[in-house]
Amino acid sequence: MDLTESTEMREFRLTVKAFLAEHLPPDIRDAVLSYQHLGRDHYVRWQKILAARGWGAPGWPIDQGGAGWNAEQRSIFDDECYKAGAPRQIPFGLSMVGPVLMKFGTPAQRSRFLPRIITMDDWWCQGYSEPGAGSDLASLKTSARRDGDHYVITGQKTWTTLAQYADWMFCLVRTRAEGKPQEGISFVLIDMRSPGVRVRPIRTLDLGADVNEVFLDEVRIPVENRVGEEHRGWGIAKYLLGHERTNIAGIGMCKRLLAGLKEQARRQTKGGRPLLEDGRFRDRVVKLEIDLLSHEWSLMRLISAEQSGRPIGIEASMLKIRGSEIQQELAELLMESAGPYALPFVAEALDPAFPGETAGERVQNGLAALYFDLRKVSIYGGTNEVQRNIIAKSLLGI
Amino acid sequence: MDFEYNDEQRMLADTVARWLESDYSFEHFRRRIADVRLLEADWGRLGELGLLGLNVPEADGGLGAGPVETLIVMQAFGRALAVEPFVSTAVAGVSLLDHDSAGGQHRGLLGEIAGGSCRVALAALEPESRYDLARICTEAAAVDGGFLLSGRKAVVLDGDGAGRLIVSARTAGPIGSTTGISLFVIDGTAPGVSVRGFPTIDGKRAAEISFDRVSVAPTALLGPVGAGYELLECAVDRAIAALCAEAVGAMEKLVELTAEHLRTRKQFGRPIGQFQALQHRIADMAVAAEQARSMALLAAARAADSDPIERRRAISAAKAMVGRSGRFVGQQAVQLHGGMGMTDELPVGYYFKRLTCIDLTWGNVEHHVERYGDLL
Repeated sequence: MDLTESTEMREFRLTVKAFLAEHLPPDIRDAVLSYQHLGRDHYVRWQKILAARGWGAPGWPIDQGGAGWNAEQRSIFDDECYKAGAPRQIPFGLSMVGPVLMKFGTPAQRSRFLPRIITMDDWWCQGYSEPGAGSDLASLKTSARRDGDHYVITGQKTWTTLAQYADWMFCLVRTRAEGKPQEGISFVLIDMRSPGVRVRPIRTLDLGADVNEVFLDEVRIPVENRVGEEHRGWGIAKYLLGHERTNIAGIGMCKRLLAGLKEQARRQTKGGRPLLEDGRFRDRVVKLEIDLLSHEWSLMRLISAEQSGRPIGIEASMLKIRGSEIQQELAELLMESAGPYALPFVAEALDPAFPGETAGERVQNGLAALYFDLRKVSIYGGTNEVQRNIIAKSLLGI
Repeated sequence: MDFEYNDEQRMLADTVARWLESDYSFEHFRRRIADVRLLEADWGRLGELGLLGLNVPEADGGLGAGPVETLIVMQAFGRALAVEPFVSTAVAGVSLLDHDSAGGQHRGLLGEIAGGSCRVALAALEPESRYDLARICTEAAAVDGGFLLSGRKAVVLDGDGAGRLIVSARTAGPIGSTTGISLFVIDGTAPGVSVRGFPTIDGKRAAEISFDRVSVAPTALLGPVGAGYELLECAVDRAIAALCAEAVGAMEKLVELTAEHLRTRKQFGRPIGQFQALQHRIADMAVAAEQARSMALLAAARAADSDPIERRRAISAAKAMVGRSGRFVGQQAVQLHGGMGMTDELPVGYYFKRLTCIDLTWGNVEHHVERYGDLL
């Protein structure tokens, strides 16, 4: 056991930090740090900057165009990115369909799609959930009927994050109605410009519309856009769930929220003193900072276990639960730090280009919206209740 | 970072686990807390295994190990409900005595500790001080040929079975000041020292100790005059790191015992573990235990940190988290065991008590949240 960061890793951290200081565009950073809604351009521009440095795909092997970093390096990279105010890398290509193609894709699929994921010339979205299939994903109904060398797909996906920007969607569809629900699912890639694809935004509590419904009406896709064998898509979905699980810890978001919270609490006042010096408020900040410390060390333990080849079990579910709870509590306290200025909300001001004014400081304008929006994190990616089921079943051996 | 044990650490873990498994059953624990005389045999065994010298430098006859090894041992103790006065002597005591200069008056005690012939206790807190190591009024007045020590020390853990007491006393400064505190090594049987031992609710021992104009030679001083606070705080922080590890062992065991109960106890025609309300509760116990485990590791990583701020932050963060988790896990374990959880016959209640007492030792959650906040 060696509980210190090695010299090598410390140097790596400095390299990343220096790169971010030099190359992260200030307009993107400011939008991120003031909780505004980023557009397609922000994400793509930043991704291209990373790709040009060779860091576009931190977790991918070098021969696939990745940076070839190990888990510890990736976690340091994420950590520094969040501290600097870099946008998150959109995971649907990089952490989801990319690794799936590497494992299950044909050489043609790999050479066609992988490079464009790194440069973000293709924007990917994930077509999993359906109106009738949430936590019980295997009950999905979107059907794919074979027609010669095409599938004809009809159905509806929902909660499709950033589908409004997407060029492609990886999608679970039902290719066989009989038998166990898990055994009739296939994993396919759908060009979002295909006839019959319609995207409708879903407005959420923060009045943003990052999630969408995607309607598929007799959409024809060539059979070569199926990944892996027909009816074996569930195995791929499960592989994907197990991949890059450290992502779900949300450490970076937690750290950013905590830093934002402390910054606010130093500037806002109560009784003529900084809010952070108010005993009651301070205790709540401390509690969350301690929670986050423990969460971070749990993640490092998981990374260490992964690197030494020990199988990961329920730890991933634990990280999901804690990461989401901590994010939510931090966002709640951050909102409260604004006091009455948490009330006024100009939705348009979440757009970085908005020229008008807000009631309080611009950064305060988005705090309540952020609080409401982050209620989603205990629901998506397998609700926290489903995670508890998983943990309990493992502990009880049932 | 690497959280996997190396070969030596694995061997240590195996050695301790084997001993506890063969000699420290729940029945033994019950006999042991009912009869304090059984301490001597257990203590002798700890000495033979080399564990008492774990933190003693090799030059002084110990193993020269550190907080990670202490964590390994304490976690095993936590699992077994071992009530040995290990932390007082082999962690906090050694940490303090190790500050004595080479060839110093008290250095020899390190070897005696490693060999099992000396136990020490930390007489630091007082009836008015709560958890504040600086809020003491025990006084060491300088007189010709030494000091006269007067005052009262409260809840001195393992104080009645220790041959030597390490006593904090004011040689200067007002109550509450971190300067002007000196440390003395005093024989527990010296004239003027009165030790009244009491059992604690978790089966351990503590003593109320008073000093009535106890005559102390200058050689009894440990460390420089008036600069004892830092040493004391450092030793207590190491003790806290050890307690955090012990708590993790206890929580781990409680989660296992509770899982076993949920698997086997049947009501309404099925194992109660099939009820989702109970499933979620045990899942939350496991999550709480896991967080505590991470924090015990953080505490071990920083317990010997040369930067005192880093050390304080980590120790207080860990202790606060362990206190919270321990309470939650203990309460839920009793709840999920139902009526049986309330009885004296099952280990569950003892783990619950031990976890509660760990929270209340060397600063509870509130204390450490405040200490952490002061460093924010």
